[in-house]
Parts: sequence; structure tokens; C-alpha cells
Amino acid sequence: MKPHEDALIRLFHVYKRYGAYNALFDISLDIFRNEFLFLAGPSGAGKSTLLKLLYLGEALSEGQILIDRVNLARVSRRRTPELRRKLGIIFQDFKLIPTKTVYENVALVLETRGMSRKFIQKKVNSVLRTVGMEDRQKSFPPGLSGGEQQKVAVARAVVGEPKIILADEPTGSLDADSAEAIFNLLINIHARGATVLVATHAKELISNAKGRVIQLKEGKLIA
Amino acid sequence: MKLFFFKRAIQDILNNRFLNTVTLITISLSVLIVSSFALFFNNTNELLDTWKKGIRALVYLNPDADDANRLDLKYNIQNLEGVSEARFISRKEALAQMKVQMGRQASLLEGLESNPLPDAFEVRLKPESQTIAEIERLSKAIEALPHIDKVEYGQQWIGKFTSIINVFKFVGSAMGGLFLVATLFIVANTVRLVLYSRQEEIAIMRLVGATDRFIKTPFYIQGMALGGLGGIIGMAGLYIAFHFISEKFHNSLSAELLDIHFLSLEMIAGFVAGSMLIGWIGCYVSLKQFLKA
Ligand SMILES: Nc1ncnc2c1ncn2[C@@H]1O[C@H](COP(=O)(O)OP(=O)(O)OP(=O)(O)O)[C@@H](O)[C@H]1O
Ligand SMILES: [Mg+2]
Repeated sequence: MKPHEDALIRLFHVYKRYGAYNALFDISLDIFRNEFLFLAGPSGAGKSTLLKLLYLGEALSEGQILIDRVNLARVSRRRTPELRRKLGIIFQDFKLIPTKTVYENVALVLETRGMSRKFIQKKVNSVLRTVGMEDRQKSFPPGLSGGEQQKVAVARAVVGEPKIILADEPTGSLDADSAEAIFNLLINIHARGATVLVATHAKELISNAKGRVIQLKEGKLIA
Repeated sequence: MKLFFFKRAIQDILNNRFLNTVTLITISLSVLIVSSFALFFNNTNELLDTWKKGIRALVYLNPDADDANRLDLKYNIQNLEGVSEARFISRKEALAQMKVQMGRQASLLEGLESNPLPDAFEVRLKPESQTIAEIERLSKAIEALPHIDKVEYGQQWIGKFTSIINVFKFVGSAMGGLFLVATLFIVANTVRLVLYSRQEEIAIMRLVGATDRFIKTPFYIQGMALGGLGGIIGMAGLYIAFHFISEKFHNSLSAELLDIHFLSLEMIAGFVAGSMLIGWIGCYVSLKQFLKA
């Protein structure tokens, strides 16, 4: 593998400061095409912050990030949706729309991409079946358990078949069986060519995994 | 246009029923008020037009004018800019006409020893000169000619009427403008409140790749639906009021004098379209502020 040509996501000396506090400190990192990468580290290490920089949820303080050869500093507000459509994001706090049903939350992703109603129906049903939420389609997120919400969040992240999956604690609220099912889903998507980045502090998840593991601690990359 | 845009717009309207109802009522009332001014001006303008059609001046001659003077005068008047015809009415003819007009009372005139009426010209104007300003100008020009006693035009009061109408027009336009701004403000405010109630949802939609256009479209639909519906309700209200009032007129004597009618189809369509446009602009203003961040 020729590392530089195959790097899909590249970080060069990235800093993120909140006031005087360094949430990320001089991070340089290449993530390769079709890689399954774990971002490990204790609470507050900066894992979520790093993901936020990737999906332009926050602006970095210093350094450069390239995704698919596009410099994020150059992505205007108008072109941000284009970048985000390459990404499937599982947010740590799920970010489901409380006033929309499970079905509508997942379908929204395909609606923004202008898919036909028939296609959306088929695709959403199939994804909800995969995560085991097909019979809660008409429920609203506030009426779901944390684990159920997480499953919906996963479904929404994968429904658009993105090139890159950014998963922030994707199994944090799940029982062992559900967690395994979700994990298998991510492995499946990886096998179909996607690049997967999983941020987690769950050691058992990492010890079972086969992908590369990088460690964050207090905003610094340590391994 | 995708169905779910409409679904979202309808959802927004239903979720904020009270707010949208108040907005709808405001738009309807504004349209009703502004269009009733338009209806009033339309009818008075038409009325003025028909009155002006018959506009003419009567030019009374001094008794000392002889036949040659009369020929000169006829020639001079007819050559004035804007005059289409100057017809001579001899005092004999005028008296005969008067007798006919008086009908049964004509016997009152039998006792006259001499004809008290002067010779006169009836001056008609070319269509493009049938305005108050023109007839005023022409009467002055004619009065300046020799052997003229005086010039009369019965429609003198039209001038006064026109200036009253003009005041009304000014007030009407000012009020129309005021209502327009108020409506715009209210629509913009409604959209803003809905936007705030959807703030979280919009942020999430952005995160999953929604474009601004995707987010905005339902709001535009909502604004234009409110505007259009308000326009239709306002027009319907105006029609009902018009119907009621014209019915009253028909029962009274003034029916022939005041042949009032409703706004043309084009104007009705214009009001509904204008009101939709206001809905659109209201949205535009709010969205521009909101989506800047
Ligand atoms: N908006 C913010 N303002 C100020 N500080 C912030 C903000 N967001 C994150 N931080 C700080 O940055 C640090 C890293 O936070 P981050 O959420 O990235 O941690 P994490 O590794 O995801 O932790 P966890 O495993 O608990 O999710 C924390 O100390 C946090 O307090
Ligand atoms: Mg986190």
C-alpha cells in the first residue's frame, strides 16, 4: 500500500482550542481508504472533538485537514452539505429529531439527496430491519430507550451508503447482543468498501477488533 | 417539487395553528382593506371618465356681435388646439330648445316680449383633451377672444371632485403601503418563530447533509400558502361586502347614476399574487437572517 496516495483523511498538525484549553494538540494522522480504525482514549481525551472537526461541526484552530483531497478550510458553507453526504455519522448523543418518527428520521437522509419515495421506502425498511427497529418505525425518539435510539442513529448513518462512517461510541448504550449486531453491521459496511472510524473508550470492543487502533490522551496522539 | 416539502409545510402550519391563524387573519384584513381602496378608485375613475366624456363648454356672445364676428369667432375657436367642433346655437334655437325641455311649463315663456337668451357656441373637445385641465385652459383662451361674454362648462365641479379623490388616493396609497409593511413584518415574524421552534431540527438536518435550499423550501411554501390563502379570503370578503352594498344601491334611485362594478379578474389575480409575493418576501427576510450563521 502506498500510504500517501491511499490516505482518504489526512490531518496535519491539527490543534483545537476551547479558550485557552487544548482539546486537541498537534495531531497528525493518515486514515486510509477502506480502513477500519479505532480511536481509543479515556473520557475527555478529545475523540468526539476530532470527529467534529472532520464533519465541520467545529472549525479547527490550527493545522490542515484533507478529506478525499479536499482541504476542509476551503469548503464554503454552501458546499458543506456535499462533504457531509460523503459521511455517515453516528453521534455520541444520537441527534435524532424528536418530533419526527423513527422512519422519518432515517428517511430524511435520503430525502435530502433527492431520492424517490419508493426507493426511500425500500431502503429505510431494509436498514431498520437490519438494526432490529422495523416494528418501531412509527415511534418518536423520546419514547425509545437509549439503546433503541442508538440503533436508529446507526440506521440513519448507514442508510445513505456513505464512503466514510464516523461512529462516536456506537455501542455505548447497547447490551452485549445488540452491540455485537451493530458491530457486525459496521464490519459489513466496511467489507463493502467504506472507511470506518470508531471512537470509543470501551476496551473490550477494541481488544476484539482487528483494525488499527490509535490512542488519544489529553488531546495528544500517543500511539 | 417533492411531496414531503408540502407535508412539512402543512405540518408547520398545523403545529403552530394559533400563530398561523392570526397571521392569516392579518393578511386577509390587509388585502381586504387595500383592495377596497382599489375598488373605490376604480369605480370613481370610471365615473369620472363617463362624466368627462360629455365635457363641453358653452360660449356666450355679447349682444353686439354681428354675423361677421360670429364667423371669425367660429373660425378662431375651431382652430384652438384640442377643440373638435364649435357649433353655433342662435338665441332663437336656444329658446326653442328651452321650450322643449320645459315641456308643460313652456307656457311660462309665452309671455316674454323679447328673447332673453344670448347667442352661443357649443364647444366640444377632442377625446385626448377631455380633461379638467384642458377645458380650463381652453375656456381662458376663448374668453380672451373679442365679443365673448362668458364661458361656462357645467362640469366645473368635476375639478373639485377630482381633487377630493386625489386626496383620498393619497391617503389610500399611504395606508396601503402601511398595511403592506405591517403584513410583511407579521409574515416574517411568523416564519421566524417557526424557525426558532425548529432550530434543533434544522441543525440536525444540516449535519446529515441537507442543503439550505432543502431546509428553506417548506418555509417558502408556508409563506406563499399563507399569502395566497389570505389573498383569496380577503378578495372573498371584499366581494361579499361589495355584493351587499351594490344590492342597496340597486334598490335606490342612484342605480343608473352609479353603475358600480367589482374588480376585474386580472386585478383579483393580481391581489392574490401580490399577497403571495408578500408571503415569499417575508420568508426571504427571516430565512436570510436565520441561515446566515
Ligand atoms: N464546546 C466546548 N467548549 C469547551 N470545552 C469543550 C467543548 N467541547 C469539548 N470540550 C472539552 O474538550 C475535551 C475533549 O472533549 P471530547 O468530547 O472530545 O472528549 P471525548 O474523548 O469524546 O470524551 P468521551 O469519551 O467522554 O466522549 C473535554 O475536556 C471537553 O470538556
Ligand atoms: Mg465523546
